[in-house]
Amino acid sequence: MNGSAQDSHDFQRVYVWEQPVRWFHWINALCIVTLGVTGWIIAHPPALMNSGEASFSYWFGKVRFVHFVTAYVLLANFCFRLYWSVMGNKYANWRSFFPLTKAQLKQIWDVLKVDVFQFSNKPVETLGHNSMAYFTYTATGLLTIFQVVTGFALYAPTSSAWFPHLFNWVVPLFGSEYNIRIFHYAALWLFVVFTIIHVYLVFYHDYVEGHGVISSIVGGWKFMEKDKVEAESATGMSGFPARRPAPSGTKAPPAPPV
Amino acid sequence: MNSLMKVNETVPTIYEQMVSRGVDRRDFLKFCAWMGAYLGLEHSAAGQIAKALENKRRIPVVWLHFQECTCCSESFIRSSHPIVADILLDKISLDYTETLQAAAGYQAEEILHDTITKYKGEYLMLVEGSVPLGADGAYCVIGGKSALDTVREVAAGAKAIIAWGNCACSGCVQAANPNPTQATPINAIIKDKPIVNVQGCPPIAEVMAGVLVHLLTFERIPQLDSLGRPKAFYSRRVHDTCARRANYDAGLFVESFDDENARKGYCLYKVGCRGPSTYNSCSTIKWNNGTSYPIQSGHGCLGCSEAKFWDNGPFYQRLTNFPGFGIEATADQIGLTIGGVAAAGALAHAVLTNVRKADTIGEGPGEDAEAAERKHDDDQKSS
Repeated sequence: MNGSAQDSHDFQRVYVWEQPVRWFHWINALCIVTLGVTGWIIAHPPALMNSGEASFSYWFGKVRFVHFVTAYVLLANFCFRLYWSVMGNKYANWRSFFPLTKAQLKQIWDVLKVDVFQFSNKPVETLGHNSMAYFTYTATGLLTIFQVVTGFALYAPTSSAWFPHLFNWVVPLFGSEYNIRIFHYAALWLFVVFTIIHVYLVFYHDYVEGHGVISSIVGGWKFMEKDKVEAESATGMSGFPARRPAPSGTKAPPAPPV
Repeated sequence: MNSLMKVNETVPTIYEQMVSRGVDRRDFLKFCAWMGAYLGLEHSAAGQIAKALENKRRIPVVWLHFQECTCCSESFIRSSHPIVADILLDKISLDYTETLQAAAGYQAEEILHDTITKYKGEYLMLVEGSVPLGADGAYCVIGGKSALDTVREVAAGAKAIIAWGNCACSGCVQAANPNPTQATPINAIIKDKPIVNVQGCPPIAEVMAGVLVHLLTFERIPQLDSLGRPKAFYSRRVHDTCARRANYDAGLFVESFDDENARKGYCLYKVGCRGPSTYNSCSTIKWNNGTSYPIQSGHGCLGCSEAKFWDNGPFYQRLTNFPGFGIEATADQIGLTIGGVAAAGALAHAVLTNVRKADTIGEGPGEDAEAAERKHDDDQKSS
């Protein structure tokens, strides 16, 4: 795609992940780890022996409390990210997350060829995520929604707040709370699998392509050859204008140098 | 049984009948207060209940039995308060019930027919058991009629339906996978009548009585939860008012049934107790005149007031087999497998990357990646 006729190797520093996106990422990561660990403990409480009376101890209750509070944080953070998918820059835009254009679908195919099965060695270089990655995050988002919906449905009976009771309709859908528990717990494993692959792939991309993808989620900047920056923005992928629509009949404008 | 043929007005009120059975006023009022408390009503409701029972005529009741073990009836007649069984079995004009009626054969079928035609739109239909739909209903036929036909016929003129127990509410053991007779709960067959699901295997006797008293007193369906169960009895989990709850919050768990923790009465969560996902009154009303309930006696809750509880086994594991897999597999086994595959895949991919992309990786940013790719292609050709 971009590998042809490279004359220049001047690197350009491109501001890709805005601060809200980075905050979202790390809060989300922290929430997922916290929810995963506390959820695991709730499912498999360790055999801690205690000679004291039950009424003097509350550690399991505290673990559950942390799980519930973190769930609220996760949801708030998720809602904020939805908002930012409209307000943020083009790399954060909601349209990137749905592979509906031909170019996006082709890029998914390229990623399969180049990065997953490695038939080809020409890197798929994008400033945001590639279309495959965006789509994976859409799936992870749906998984998050599933956990929120089932989790609050399980939480509702112990709460007098109005919000968890918005999810009362979920119980008849599953027939009984027991079934919800099984699914809510099994979904934890999908987050584990996601985390393994996600962490591996950022190392992979950083190692193979050298665009500073790992540091980009801390500082927000990526490094890319100048000609590739122009080529990338010309494809229009992960390049949807935020806030203002593209003039019809033209390609998406090039990425504004930040 | 012949009394039901009389016109309703000649029938004595429930209170009159109780008095004639030797119940004194004091016991009657105690009963009313008791029922009000069970139903979670305010104190003054005891008076309303007393008034209703003093003035209301008997409601004609048809109690049908299909695929079931009669444990609901057994539970009901063991109600801790004698008046409950007395008024509700003898006095509510239980016109037809296969297990307890004196009549048999054609006589019994005639009574059923008479009741549902004479009191059309007035009688209560109580159902114990599930309805088999398999083999054209041949698995349960009474008087030459399949259970399905009987349910449809009787439900058509019923004022309301009470589904007793897990069988009638969600199919219970005979509906467990693979459900050979296609046992079906009442609410999946009858859609146009109010149905109260009195869940449990069996339901608690006082709960059954309480639901009937509510219908008698207020002449309307009690408030139901999202699964059709009366909220007065099924709005809280067994776990919420469990005698062992403090141990749960303190993280004190029984690890096996013969360990020291079991002797100390710790929480049974880790040995499969379904209390945290089961809605019932076991831990408040209890069983056998408030003597005990399973968890108090040292055994975990099976979740018998929840749909498909037989399929959620084994009962002594907290996390059980994951639904939808033909083979027996828990969520953990599946999760560890896919997690292992992902980790192994990542490792294999990392090795592959170093082999396939060795040349391009060698080039630092800004160096001649093009040349590296050409070299790679040349290597490929020459090898």
